[in-house]
Amino acid sequence: MAFEGLAERLQSTIKKITGKGKISEQDIKEMSREIRLALLEADVNFRVVKDLINRIKERAVGQEVMESLTPGQQVVKIVRDELAELMGGENAKIAVGDRPPTVIMMVGLQGAGKTTTSGKLANLLRKKHNRKPLLVACDVYRPAAIEQLKTLGDQLNMPVFSLGTDTNPVEIAEKAIEKAKEDHLDYVIIDTAGRLHVDNELMTELTEIKEAVEPEEIFLVVDAMTGQDAVNVAESFNEQLDITGVVLTKLDGDTRGGAALSIKAVTDKPIKFAGMGEKLDQLEPFHPDRMASRILGMGDVLSLIEKAETTVDQKKAKELEEKMRSMSFTFDDFLEQMEQVKQMGPLDELLNMLPGAGKMKGLKNAQIDERQLSHVEAIVKSMTKKERQNPDIINASRKKRIARGSGTTVSQVNRLLKQFNEMKKMMKQMTNMQKGKKGKGFKLPFM
Amino acid sequence: MSFFDKLKKRFNNEENEEQVQEKYKEGMKKSRGAFSGRINDLIARYRKVDEDFFEELEEVLITADVGVTTVMDLVDELKMEVKRQNIKDTEQIKDVISEKLVDIYYGDDDPEIETLNIQENGMTVILVVGVNGVGKTTSIGKLAHQLKQQGKTVMLAAGDTFRAGAIEQLEEWGKRADVEVIKQSAGSDPAAVIYDGIQAAKARNVDVLLCDTAGRLQNKVNLMKELEKIKRVIEREVPGAPHEVLLVLDATTGQNALSQAKTFSEATDVTGIVLTKLDGTAKGGIVLAIRKELDIPVKFVGLGEQINDLQKFDASLFVYGLFADMIEEEA
Ligand SMILES: Nc1nc2c(ncn2[C@@H]2O[C@H](COP(=O)(O)OP(=O)(O)OP(=O)(O)O)[C@@H](O)[C@H]2O)c(=O)[nH]1
Ligand SMILES: [Mg+2]
Repeated sequence: MAFEGLAERLQSTIKKITGKGKISEQDIKEMSREIRLALLEADVNFRVVKDLINRIKERAVGQEVMESLTPGQQVVKIVRDELAELMGGENAKIAVGDRPPTVIMMVGLQGAGKTTTSGKLANLLRKKHNRKPLLVACDVYRPAAIEQLKTLGDQLNMPVFSLGTDTNPVEIAEKAIEKAKEDHLDYVIIDTAGRLHVDNELMTELTEIKEAVEPEEIFLVVDAMTGQDAVNVAESFNEQLDITGVVLTKLDGDTRGGAALSIKAVTDKPIKFAGMGEKLDQLEPFHPDRMASRILGMGDVLSLIEKAETTVDQKKAKELEEKMRSMSFTFDDFLEQMEQVKQMGPLDELLNMLPGAGKMKGLKNAQIDERQLSHVEAIVKSMTKKERQNPDIINASRKKRIARGSGTTVSQVNRLLKQFNEMKKMMKQMTNMQKGKKGKGFKLPFM
Repeated sequence: MSFFDKLKKRFNNEENEEQVQEKYKEGMKKSRGAFSGRINDLIARYRKVDEDFFEELEEVLITADVGVTTVMDLVDELKMEVKRQNIKDTEQIKDVISEKLVDIYYGDDDPEIETLNIQENGMTVILVVGVNGVGKTTSIGKLAHQLKQQGKTVMLAAGDTFRAGAIEQLEEWGKRADVEVIKQSAGSDPAAVIYDGIQAAKARNVDVLLCDTAGRLQNKVNLMKELEKIKRVIEREVPGAPHEVLLVLDATTGQNALSQAKTFSEATDVTGIVLTKLDGTAKGGIVLAIRKELDIPVKFVGLGEQINDLQKFDASLFVYGLFADMIEEEA
């Protein structure tokens, strides 16, 4: 029931494709379907997914994928690129008005997290920007909304302006600005009541507040768990108020958060902050790139792909695969492979980037000893060319020589030889596995 | 008699509840309008039941947050049904669609699954849980009012000791529904508050005790443990309790609602769902997936912020609501 990420979703399709050399339009169609499913399961809006898939398809049928040796990875990369472009760059700026106080208005649906976010924002303005904010209680409808804001004000030791529940919110907002001027406070954060975007009366109230106080910022607060409806909500609020930014709340949950993409697509307004917990210091700048990976559910698999792409010579990778199949894999190949892996960076870091790694037996908490790795390298380098190509000839006296030459012991050499043989067997299994069989854990000799 | 006729009949028979249903229809208008509008569009555009038709239908259902897997299954089943009955034009398929939707919902169960488990003799304890901001406290206020209207004596326990203003909020609802609220100060142990609530309810011979809890995201292990502890206290103090554990879900929520239902069930054995905020444009289709995968029924729907805006859920009506315009057109 847990949702698979894009990488997992694409796996079987990719497996079919790798080794094929070229991929057909049918392959791309199949992949598009998986991408579509992944995005929909992540709550990206249907319309937005459609547009995205069209763009992805267009690019995928192009030369870059068709002729690549790793078409599956290429497609994943295109998806990420498209997503990253749609999400835009990081922008956690807060406007500063020409004359104080700068006014920020918080708007959104019921239960989105406006009040808590108001408190967090005030805290951030004081802590990071050295400002003096005034919190304003304009939610006169929800029971105890004012008490909630006042309690937050107490916790933060920050002023809260309220005129109770019998005054019109427009008037409360206006009076609050006067109060801020009097007290030389430079920011005013207006907490408004949650409302439905289709509630004309209450939406008009927001327009009136906006006209009365001319806010520099209007932040739409949206729950990260929102589903397909996010586009309607964001579109309505934006049309009626011309919002300046978005705050995504409850991102500390386990939602994929596809709503972020939907909101960005329909409003083209920056998502500036993310709520990461219930405490008042848990408001963080929003990272669009991380969000793109999160929506796809693929950890940092993309940066891994990129690393692999720049370092692994694709032609050699192909040759290696052939060798694995024919069992002609030698210690020379092994050395070469080790070199390539080393170029990709620290090994445990690489493993952590693999989304499925946590689930794989043997890889979980794998401690990779880089020192061990250099021993292995030394042992292989102390072998003669003949020995490397045909390890079977390595007898007791050869073992002794190799151990001496590499500064290791005979038992270490023995261990490596044994592991190498096991690995060859494994490889054979793995190539079979690609045809559907399940294998056990797989350990490289330096793990 | 066609399925729609049956539905209509059922709709009309429940005369004593007519007002309730008017209210339900009224509240559902926005979501219903959008949904059946699309179905109508769909049927107007497509004469034939072909691949394009199914693709479009898939889109309509996904847009309602039904969930991709459920939609795929449903569409597959529909395709089979169409083949079996040799259906050619889209007019005929409307019946099959709504029948299937209601079918997914009920499975082999009878509609009684929607009824609240209120004890005839002795106290009923209802625990209300859910993520932040979904409408737990509001739903408790509404439910207290409804139970009181039915002649029950009701008490509330302010188990949200964490969120700022939560106790005051519940107290206000207590005033509105005219029921007593048991509370401690902010920051105290929620299990202790619930314990107090139970003792007070016992002492005053109250029929129903409604326990509010703080909103929590289901991936916070410690907070879920806290909930388990609360439930254990209830189990220990009142044999057979809690009689209901209601999970409140926001209709605006997407696929994560499934994870919420799963995790909250693991911690507290959820017995029913309150689906709130159906007065907006969100369709809450995820409850179909939840019902299908986890077998948890919806018991109530929230249709607004006022004390009367809580209605009993009825899957047939739910589906009828989605298709009502279409049905009326047909009549
Ligand atoms: N439109 C609409 N609003 C609702 C409905 N139910 C609750 N709300 C609103 O949603 C907001 C949150 O409701 P609460 O009852 O405070 O939610 P909660 O789950 O108790 O929230 P926490 O205790 O903070 O986790 C309030 O503004 C309610 O008025 C509903 O059915 N429709
Ligand atoms: Mg509450």
